Amino acid sequence: MTDILKASLPGLKRRHAAEWRFQLYGKLAITLALGFLVAMIGMIGVSSIGAFTQTQIALSINFDAESLDPQGTRNPATLSQANYGALVKAALRDAFPEVKGRRDKRKLYAMVSSDAEFTLQNKVTADPGLIGTTQKFWFVASDDVDQLAKGNIDASLPETSRRMSDKEVSWVKQLRARGDIQRVANVSFFTSGDSREPELAGILSAVVGSALSLLVCFVLSFPIGIMAAIYLEEFAPKGKWSDLIEININNLAAVPSIVFGLLGLAIFLNIFGLPRSTPLVGGMVLALMTLPTIIIASRASLRAVPPSIREAALAIGASELQAAFHHIAPLALPGMLTGAIVGMARALGDTAPLLMIGMVAFIVDIPSSIVQPATTLPVQVFLWADSPEGAFLEKTSAAIMVLLLFLVLMNLAAVLLRKKFERRF
Amino acid sequence: MSAYALQDAAPEAAAKAATISKPENEPLITARNVNVFYGDKQALFDIRLDIPAKQVTSLIGPSGCGKTTFLRCLNRMNDLIDICRVSGDITIGGKNIYDADIDVVALRAQVGMVFQKPNPFPKSIFENVAYGLRINDLAGSKGELKDSVERSLSRAGLLEEVHDRLDALGTSLSGGQQQRLCIARAIAVEPKVILMDEPCSALDPIATARIEELLDTLREKFTIIIVTHSMQQAARVSQQTAFFHLGNLVEYGATETIFTAPKDERTESYITGRIG
Amino acid sequence: MSTTEQPVFDVTTRRGLRLAGQAIRILLIACSLVAVLTTIGIISSLVFEALRFFEKVPVQEFLFGLEWSPQTAIRSDQVGAEGSFGAIPLITGTLLISAIAMAVAAPLGLSSAIYLAEYANKRARGLIKPALEILAGIPTVVYGFFAALIIAPTIRMTGSEIGLEVASESALAAGLAMGIMIVPLISSLSDDVINAVPQSLRDASYGLGATSAETISKVVLPAAIPGIAASLILATSRAIGETMIVVMAAGLSANLTANTLAAVTTITVQIVALLTGDQEFDSAKTLSAFALGLLLFILTLLLNVAALRIVKHYREQYD
Repeated sequence: MTDILKASLPGLKRRHAAEWRFQLYGKLAITLALGFLVAMIGMIGVSSIGAFTQTQIALSINFDAESLDPQGTRNPATLSQANYGALVKAALRDAFPEVKGRRDKRKLYAMVSSDAEFTLQNKVTADPGLIGTTQKFWFVASDDVDQLAKGNIDASLPETSRRMSDKEVSWVKQLRARGDIQRVANVSFFTSGDSREPELAGILSAVVGSALSLLVCFVLSFPIGIMAAIYLEEFAPKGKWSDLIEININNLAAVPSIVFGLLGLAIFLNIFGLPRSTPLVGGMVLALMTLPTIIIASRASLRAVPPSIREAALAIGASELQAAFHHIAPLALPGMLTGAIVGMARALGDTAPLLMIGMVAFIVDIPSSIVQPATTLPVQVFLWADSPEGAFLEKTSAAIMVLLLFLVLMNLAAVLLRKKFERRF
Repeated sequence: MSAYALQDAAPEAAAKAATISKPENEPLITARNVNVFYGDKQALFDIRLDIPAKQVTSLIGPSGCGKTTFLRCLNRMNDLIDICRVSGDITIGGKNIYDADIDVVALRAQVGMVFQKPNPFPKSIFENVAYGLRINDLAGSKGELKDSVERSLSRAGLLEEVHDRLDALGTSLSGGQQQRLCIARAIAVEPKVILMDEPCSALDPIATARIEELLDTLREKFTIIIVTHSMQQAARVSQQTAFFHLGNLVEYGATETIFTAPKDERTESYITGRIG
Repeated sequence: MSTTEQPVFDVTTRRGLRLAGQAIRILLIACSLVAVLTTIGIISSLVFEALRFFEKVPVQEFLFGLEWSPQTAIRSDQVGAEGSFGAIPLITGTLLISAIAMAVAAPLGLSSAIYLAEYANKRARGLIKPALEILAGIPTVVYGFFAALIIAPTIRMTGSEIGLEVASESALAAGLAMGIMIVPLISSLSDDVINAVPQSLRDASYGLGATSAETISKVVLPAAIPGIAASLILATSRAIGETMIVVMAAGLSANLTANTLAAVTTITVQIVALLTGDQEFDSAKTLSAFALGLLLFILTLLLNVAALRIVKHYREQYD
């Protein structure tokens, strides 16, 4: 009889080497995938840091009574119509008296963001006592100055290959020398809506839009979803119809999201005539997409409730409906909620179907109801990603980080909910 | 002896061949001070046992007494269970199988196993038997392989029934046939020892009888250790019997003696049906 | 002593309660039908608009045409108004990017699944599995942004270093990002499938002296192939239907090529391009988006059904 061990000795080494390589491939694959994750989030995170600070320029404004309020009436109507832009330009000229020539002057005026005049207008209307005085105020700098201050525009490059000319760079240097430039926390990123000017753009309108859309989505999909799940699990007779519905639901879960957008466009917008680009329609489309997820998750939680509970309820005389709603559903509720939160998290990040129903418009105002035009956070990311201005890069990254933060919070909530109410039957 | 955590020898360690030599009067397998733990729970207490070569030894005892656990120590299948710890010495052919230079893969080719529920691979009958030969580099040429496979099937008493459909799926056979296929698969690599874990408990009486017949012919070539729930089976097929109870080896000796004149009163209670 | 007539054993239900029960039941059934209604809505709206499109552009041109440049005349006498609506370049573009994605995702996903199912201990599993799920939870806009911002330029630069011509919106960049996005899908589906293979088969293999690599590759994986095939098909379906990554990182012009370094466009990119912006709703241009949508829906439906069939057909082998 052949002694098996000796015969397989050379083979053994080869086989063990193959085994070691096999394990290695697995570890490598996981490392690559997770490495990509870290690289992606890391790089976006790093490039987002700039967006949370804002560069500001200090200017001495002379609130000239002659130009603001010649009559001296302090009439709010007059005050609001005065030419504040001229005040800003005058202040800039005073700061840099050596600047001559229209082209250069235009560049000079462009160093301050276009909202400077509105800032002044608000200040004077609030406090007319400013008229006749000279005060120093901080104004948001333009996106070029902002990017230069953050180091994103390389001043060492030859003049023709960068956005800011040598003159502009020297002005910024002078301002810095005088202490008239500062970097502050960019609160307006969180408090203002979108803007054509990158330095003024904020995510508030997108966040509110997302919140409203998710609200509509939840209100529609959660009740319908759990009712459907209860019916299918507790009441539906096993047969062709319930099989058909189940196949349907599983199929819908795998339909590409853009198809739901087409559905929304064709039916909600064109046939029902609902207002385009609103959280109402956006929420409805998202609800249709989230429904299968909620139904599947809810059915799983209902199934996890042991049949003995149902039997006990029926045995003391509860009707089937009462057994379902008073006894079984409440036990399954935490699982259903968890499924809903996960579904909402997915809906939060969905962009494609919303593009179809028109949420690509440029929305500045914060939407105040679900029938006003709005955009959502991921759509905002998409729109900003397309913008040519370099300053939008950090804003896009920052918006992504905010979006990811919301997703993390929602998933944490789902995990905590599951842990807290998890029952071992 | 220190406790052994799960796992086979590192690939870098030289896999010294454990030549299994068998002087006729020496027991083939010896166990000394064997203790087995599942986590904090101890399943086997200080087992001491000698198993002779080319005989059928049966391990009997009530459920949960540790006989399967002990069986699985002999081919180190317990290594596959995370929380299982084995301490003590187990030697086969004079070599301690828990030594650091033992290659577990080679060991298991020398110590085959047949399981309680037949588990043929979802492959053809031919491929089922050829599997062990292929991975252990024993396949040889196509003709040699075919001979080996048919020889194993014949030894397992299955060749007659399946010789014309070796390409059929192994899972398409009846329960008894599947178990004989698993036996053929195990003996194809010509191990020194065959471990059988209640091989007939999932089979009907006729299939059981066929396999019991088989054991008698198989022991001419192989050392067989069989775990069984049935005392009648142990009496029918084995020459040596070991009685386990609550993780302890209570009594061990010639089958006839165990069943006619047991020394320990626990053995007697089990045999007469008072316990287990 | 007052005695009121009380039936001893009243098992009749009160009418009001029964009606309320009926109403609730109807409500429940209605909710369940919403899913069916949605499917009907999708199919009917796509088919209806697509049919209107096929009134303007013949089906053969759409399905077999090799040129895609959708133009419709704004004025009836406009020069250069003839557009071509051949969808083949879109289909090939979609398949090219999906193929790249699967070439990345399949090996990574399967290897991860195998490691998680067969080698990782409980603690490692507890850490790695959720980490992979994070990959799945990241919105596709983020992948698209990263692909356009970092991946595409990196590939382009590397390409020019070694003398290859790489488009700025290469199929490779989009496919790579999409591939990583799909890895968790393949990994978790395959993990379930591999875990479902009975332990008894592994025991039999180890008992014969097989290494773990041999057991996995010769016993476990062959037994799990139907499920793994189904998961790969589902992943392909996902790749084909993906929108944001390709919109942000792939090209806009239809290009019939198999060159992974070139810019191609996909069905989903075109749907977005055709419907965002000011369009007359009835023009052939916008209606073509619905025809494309129908094509996409049918493609993904066929793949999903195929995956389901495979799982069903081979499940019998185990039970």
